[in-house]
Amino acid sequence: MDVELLSRIQFAFTIMFHYIYPPMSIGIGILLIFMEGMYLKTKNPMYHNMTRFWVKIFALTFAMGVATGIVMEFEFGTNWSTYSRFVGDVFGSALAAEGIFAFFLESGFLAILVFGWDKVGPKMHFFSTIMVALGAHLSAVWIVVANSWMQTPAGYKIVGEGLMARAEITDFWAMVFNPSSVERLSHTIGGAWITGAFLVISVSAYYIIKNKHLDMAKASFKIALLFLAMASFLQLFTGHSSAVQVGEYQPAKLAAFEGHYNTAPGDLYLAGWVFDDEEKVIGIKIPGMLSFLMYYDNAKPVKGLNEFDRKDRPPVNIVFQTYHLMVAIGMFFIAYSILALFLLWQGKLFSYKWFMQLSIFSVVLPHIANQVGWISAEVGRQPWIVYNLMRTSDGLSKVVSAENVLFSLILFTLIYILLFILFIFLLDKKIKVGPEHKNIETSTKQFIEA
Amino acid sequence: MYEGLDLNTIWFVLVGVLLAGYAVLDGFDLGVGALHLFVKGDTNRRLMINSIGPVWDGNEVWLVTGGGAIFAAFPHVYATVFSAFYPAIMLILVGIIFRAVAIEFRSKGESVRWRQNWDIAFSISSILISLLFGIALGNIIQGIPVGADKEAYISFMSLINPYSLMLGVTTVALFMMHGSIYAAMKTEGELQDQIRTWINNTIIFFVICYITVTMYTLIYLEHMVVVFRQNPEYFLLALLNMLAIANIPREIYKKREHLAFLSSSFSILALLGLFALGMFPNFVPSTIDPEYSLTAFNSASSRKTLEVMFTMALIGIPFVLAYTISIYWVFRGKVKLNEMSY
Repeated sequence: MDVELLSRIQFAFTIMFHYIYPPMSIGIGILLIFMEGMYLKTKNPMYHNMTRFWVKIFALTFAMGVATGIVMEFEFGTNWSTYSRFVGDVFGSALAAEGIFAFFLESGFLAILVFGWDKVGPKMHFFSTIMVALGAHLSAVWIVVANSWMQTPAGYKIVGEGLMARAEITDFWAMVFNPSSVERLSHTIGGAWITGAFLVISVSAYYIIKNKHLDMAKASFKIALLFLAMASFLQLFTGHSSAVQVGEYQPAKLAAFEGHYNTAPGDLYLAGWVFDDEEKVIGIKIPGMLSFLMYYDNAKPVKGLNEFDRKDRPPVNIVFQTYHLMVAIGMFFIAYSILALFLLWQGKLFSYKWFMQLSIFSVVLPHIANQVGWISAEVGRQPWIVYNLMRTSDGLSKVVSAENVLFSLILFTLIYILLFILFIFLLDKKIKVGPEHKNIETSTKQFIEA
Repeated sequence: MYEGLDLNTIWFVLVGVLLAGYAVLDGFDLGVGALHLFVKGDTNRRLMINSIGPVWDGNEVWLVTGGGAIFAAFPHVYATVFSAFYPAIMLILVGIIFRAVAIEFRSKGESVRWRQNWDIAFSISSILISLLFGIALGNIIQGIPVGADKEAYISFMSLINPYSLMLGVTTVALFMMHGSIYAAMKTEGELQDQIRTWINNTIIFFVICYITVTMYTLIYLEHMVVVFRQNPEYFLLALLNMLAIANIPREIYKKREHLAFLSSSFSILALLGLFALGMFPNFVPSTIDPEYSLTAFNSASSRKTLEVMFTMALIGIPFVLAYTISIYWVFRGKVKLNEMSY
């Protein structure tokens, strides 16, 4: 295998593995604000236990996010150094901003959130919880801004020619608010909220089925459900505006989403399979719906893939499938939310075992949606690493050999498999131990004994 | 904006400040990790880990931000060094990953074997990270074969040479000294007594390494010495550094660990200051032709980006200092174990 393929596999693998954790931190982070806020308001110790329990889960996901996150920052330089030279002026400043404005905030207040219960007053602790959640969101802001610039570059000029060409900032705020930043950020954050909410729902449903920690489980479930319902509907709008924006700025990607080859009124597929060689899609479709969603006019033509040279098109079927899977899961979230809210209104939210089981297993769905959504966004940008400016194959490091990348890829694969097994094992263990925390006497006793 | 300011030099200094912040702060927690296996007993080992528990992660952010700042301000330096040192960087990443999860996972299992394995992972990864950063620094000081195209081809084996190994070991020794002082400051009773006896050994270990490296540099690495010959007053920093190191045993003897810690922190800053003075304006000297060396001027981003980033730094640095100081203030005093501890 060549360096390009190996480097792409390695980047995809390491970012996908990394991206299991940050959505959980972002989503749980914001739910912690509600939980601890309820405790401060009601002084009910149940909310206190709830918060402490979820802080432990948060700390575990956060540690995994940190451990796997540094890899990403270094990989731009190690594997994509030509890309780094080309974009450092623009892209680098967003990464530096993430460090200085988000990571310091997050890691500083995390110390108080996790270890500072007895060191600061309840209000200061609550403030720290808010700051950690804010930090997690800010890091999403900067990294999505950086990535959005790769999708829809703005606020730059190209200086130099040929191999020495590079992008330089002309307008920082135009770079930050490039055409896709806001839509993509809100859609990403929405996905993270759903991920966090489903984790809380899933664990709570497990306790309800096991008849353990019922007060806390029911209260957590309701908090997370309201949040989930809000986020799921929000995703409908952010998803729609993202797609409209993609159609405007990255028409080849939009065409790939729906396997739309000829410029004509666009159809919307519910499901299908793309035969790229024959340039056709077999599946169930709603005629004219893509045009309607794009322009509120089902007869208006949508630019097709045939407008682009074959070498400038993304791989269509992967983008099509991942995009449709994401949308389908998104629809499930809305259906789930409506059903759950209906049951809540009927006073039967926790009455049906099948619904609790559905709630437990749904925890994997937001993760799948996050990953496939990300694939459709990134593969949809191909063959460009920076849309219409630099090809992925031109961004590689010149001095790194295929053997080197193969070696590191094998290393990461082995380590990440190990870490994932351990993470699931520890998460499962923490959930089984549950929110009851040892009282202070036992921990002091342990301290003296040991 | 910022007319008349030499932003290239300012960013050379700011990158140095971030990396120095990393060395001083993560330096002590890497040192605690390096010493970890010498500590016996589960409670004592927990005390070691929890002494750095609330702060290690924030300390590492200095590296992340330093990396981001190099990427943004000096993209060529970032691209050349990270790709040229590919295998070493990958090993550093492996170290960083294992270290983070070792700290987090260790306390989540009860079995002796589980904890021992994570103890080993924590300690080995701490040593590995320190050693590799030292080796990388050693290669940068000697220069690497940067060509006209700003690319450098080096094999992993040629990264391992006597001087870079010496610097690697010196870094481990320095962090062990720094970490043992920190651990003595955060512990009490028997454990503290034990750690106090190690401090002198780590100082001796470090001083031997330091003298060896300095001699080698003075004799063989002409380009690092030029600036000191031209500006003899820079030797004052070297002198202050030696005084700071000499002050450590004195403060330990007087049981003023916090002053000893300040001394060793100052010593790290002085060492990096000397290094930066010797290097400036080079980031990476080229062994092919000095013309090809990557400097603060030929490898930088546009003036506009340096300006934007400088504004960010002016806004961000007060916040960063405020968080850092507050966290160390909240968690001041001796480390105590409770149910939220690692």
